[in-house]
Amino acid sequence: MADEPSDAPKGASGGSTGASIPFYRDVRVLAVITQIVFLAIVLLVLGWLLNNLITNSETRGISTSLTWLDQRAGFEPAESVIPYTPDDTYARALLVGLLNTVMVSIVGIFLATVLGLIVGVARLSSNWLVNKIALTYVEIFRNTPLLVQLLVIYFVVFLQMPGVRDAIVLPLEMYLSQRGFYMPRPEVAPDGAIWLVSVIIAVVAFFSLWYLAGRREDEGRPTMGLRWIASAILIGLPLLVWFLIPGGPLAFENPELGTFNLSGGLRFTPEFLALTVGLALFTAAFIAEIIRGGIQAVSKGQLEAARTIGLKEGEVLRLVVLPQALRIIIPPLTSQYLNLIKNSSLALAIGYADIFNVSRTVSEQTGQPVAVLVIVMAVYLIVSLGTSVLMNIYNRMVQIHER
Amino acid sequence: MSDDPQMTTGTPQPAEELRPPATEVGVLGWLNHNLFSSKLNGILSIVLGVIVALVIWGLAQWAVLDARWDVITDNMRLFLVGRYPPEEIWRVWLTLTLLSATTGLSAGSSGIGSVRMLAIMLTAGQLMLAALILVSGLGIVASLALVFGAGVVYATMLAAQRYPVRRLWISLGWLATTIAGVLLLAGLGDATPLPSVSTNIWGGLLLTMVLSVAGILLSFPLGVALAVGRRSRLPVVRVVSTTYIELIRAVPLITVLFMAQFLFPLVLPEGLRIDNVIRAIGGITLFSAAYVAENVRGGLQAIPTGQHEAAFAIGLRTWQTTVFIVLPQALRITIPANVGLFISLLKDTTLAYIIGLLEILGIGRAVLANPDYLGTQFEVYLFVAVVFFVLSYTLSQASYRLEKELGIGER
Repeated sequence: MADEPSDAPKGASGGSTGASIPFYRDVRVLAVITQIVFLAIVLLVLGWLLNNLITNSETRGISTSLTWLDQRAGFEPAESVIPYTPDDTYARALLVGLLNTVMVSIVGIFLATVLGLIVGVARLSSNWLVNKIALTYVEIFRNTPLLVQLLVIYFVVFLQMPGVRDAIVLPLEMYLSQRGFYMPRPEVAPDGAIWLVSVIIAVVAFFSLWYLAGRREDEGRPTMGLRWIASAILIGLPLLVWFLIPGGPLAFENPELGTFNLSGGLRFTPEFLALTVGLALFTAAFIAEIIRGGIQAVSKGQLEAARTIGLKEGEVLRLVVLPQALRIIIPPLTSQYLNLIKNSSLALAIGYADIFNVSRTVSEQTGQPVAVLVIVMAVYLIVSLGTSVLMNIYNRMVQIHER
Repeated sequence: MSDDPQMTTGTPQPAEELRPPATEVGVLGWLNHNLFSSKLNGILSIVLGVIVALVIWGLAQWAVLDARWDVITDNMRLFLVGRYPPEEIWRVWLTLTLLSATTGLSAGSSGIGSVRMLAIMLTAGQLMLAALILVSGLGIVASLALVFGAGVVYATMLAAQRYPVRRLWISLGWLATTIAGVLLLAGLGDATPLPSVSTNIWGGLLLTMVLSVAGILLSFPLGVALAVGRRSRLPVVRVVSTTYIELIRAVPLITVLFMAQFLFPLVLPEGLRIDNVIRAIGGITLFSAAYVAENVRGGLQAIPTGQHEAAFAIGLRTWQTTVFIVLPQALRITIPANVGLFISLLKDTTLAYIIGLLEILGIGRAVLANPDYLGTQFEVYLFVAVVFFVLSYTLSQASYRLEKELGIGER
């Protein structure tokens, strides 16, 4: 090897002997040339495709402007959290869809996390039956397509519910029927604002006291029961104010059974229910495995050490296991949340008015399939990025703060 | 073990060997430890046990007494191959037999447990299909063809165990099988003995498999290129690759499928028309390439820098280092992750039904549209779900085993 120094490519080792190297062997020059060529090819291909797109669009009479966004839509998404009439614009229709997507995502993520936590812990249970039930659940939901699950939940479960007249009556004036789930609609009574303020004060006080306790703990000083005080304020203050206001701060509008339908109250459509429940059941199976993996990854020595220094079981879990498990759990959990948001686009199959479903109607009416799709994809991009940013902030909070 | 008697006679006899308490060993011990270890656990076990028994009893009763399985058996042909012409169906069976031979050959020659597991699964799968076809009255010939295919897997596996085939030949065999499969299924042209079968009339399980296998195979080269690009030292290459990967990963597959549906005809030059199925494969390929790229990037990052340095030290260039040193190692450790990707892709091909393809779920929906089968929704969806469960579960078990064999967890 040492006998052949003349063959070794000097250029590869960098610039110190730069003067003697011809330019076509200089890595710095080569790097620039490679990048220019690469960029040129990418731009050429994109340009060719774009050119075809423009010429083909023109021959088919598809305009490339976005003026249709301000036109009257003339249709009404099946459900909406903001007021909407057919006279509103396409842009507002898409906004309605986006808000529905956000609502399904938030409710779905909440349900999936709670269920995933329960199933994940059940997978660690020493009870054989509990363990195997959780395992069966995970395997069934992970190994079948989400779309099939959604169709079953919608067509076989929610649409097969009894009719309105035979609605299943649940406690607290709640009804479950083919037309969806009805519950009393809470409305703030005239004096209710005071109660809402007390809730906000309680929450703020809770978090500041909890934070203070954490600070004292870190500094090695006693917490003086600050955590107990915080919890007591969180529960006690709103309760106290609730009973001080005559008639209670909230007025409930109960659903009434009419001749053909339940009216009033808060209604969740079967489409919304099927989509959130379906997404939650599917995602929970994955979250359960993540949580199980995270808890199992905390080494046994940590547990033994924690017990040795005299921590109680609850403290072992809260102070030793969870902080370490969370570090492992958060990143994959984030990608499951993102998957849930993206999977909510399957609403199309069961007719829930999410952004993708609304965009299909818009694109059929305007004849602008590509432009509408680009807008929808951009919205998903922004929602995904937003979720990632939030979860990354949380992730940074739970990671080890090295001193 | 054999000299145990002498041992016991030699040592002083214990007065009386205490047997462990009955509650610690055997069935009782198992119950005590696993179901009734505490009062709370005992109550939980009983309550859950009753619920599980009731659910299983109800389901079994429904499946045996109430369910209308004729909706499945009457439409078995549709579920399996869609509207693929009956007189050309032998081409599907022949493709499956070729696949069986190649799988058996690989399994026998390589002796890797997970590959052998796949071969056995293929055997079992074909036997199961044969039984389904027989029950559905689709003809004894098709069943026999499948039983023959199952036999081929086993025969070639045993033969190859005796006379192993070299790796190069196996790779060429897979290439030949793939090409032959495509030609057999799609046909050569109308004037030839193999008339063309338009992809528009492919359907059922056949289309599901075609979509997912074509999707993963085609996305692989693109994905590897993107992964290498993302790790490149050249900023322009890196930015372009990263942008593509992150853009695709942020949007749902269904939007990409629709985009492919509308955009492909628009961005291709006038006169070049492509089938719906091809557009779907294109969309799936562009989508899964981003995910393949992230898997491969994980593999690339796992290769220690020493490998790069050693390669440079012996005078390899950058591209030589990548192609001959880093990629082979990186790809090897990403196999399980990519099998996982294939499994989720397989399940995601059901989305193709939304853009109007008649893959297995699409066939199910089409069958349900027939008024004769009113009220058989659960039967149809359950059948589709079970098909996917069998495929996905067995593949994931094989992948789990492969992971162990590659020793990825241990490193």
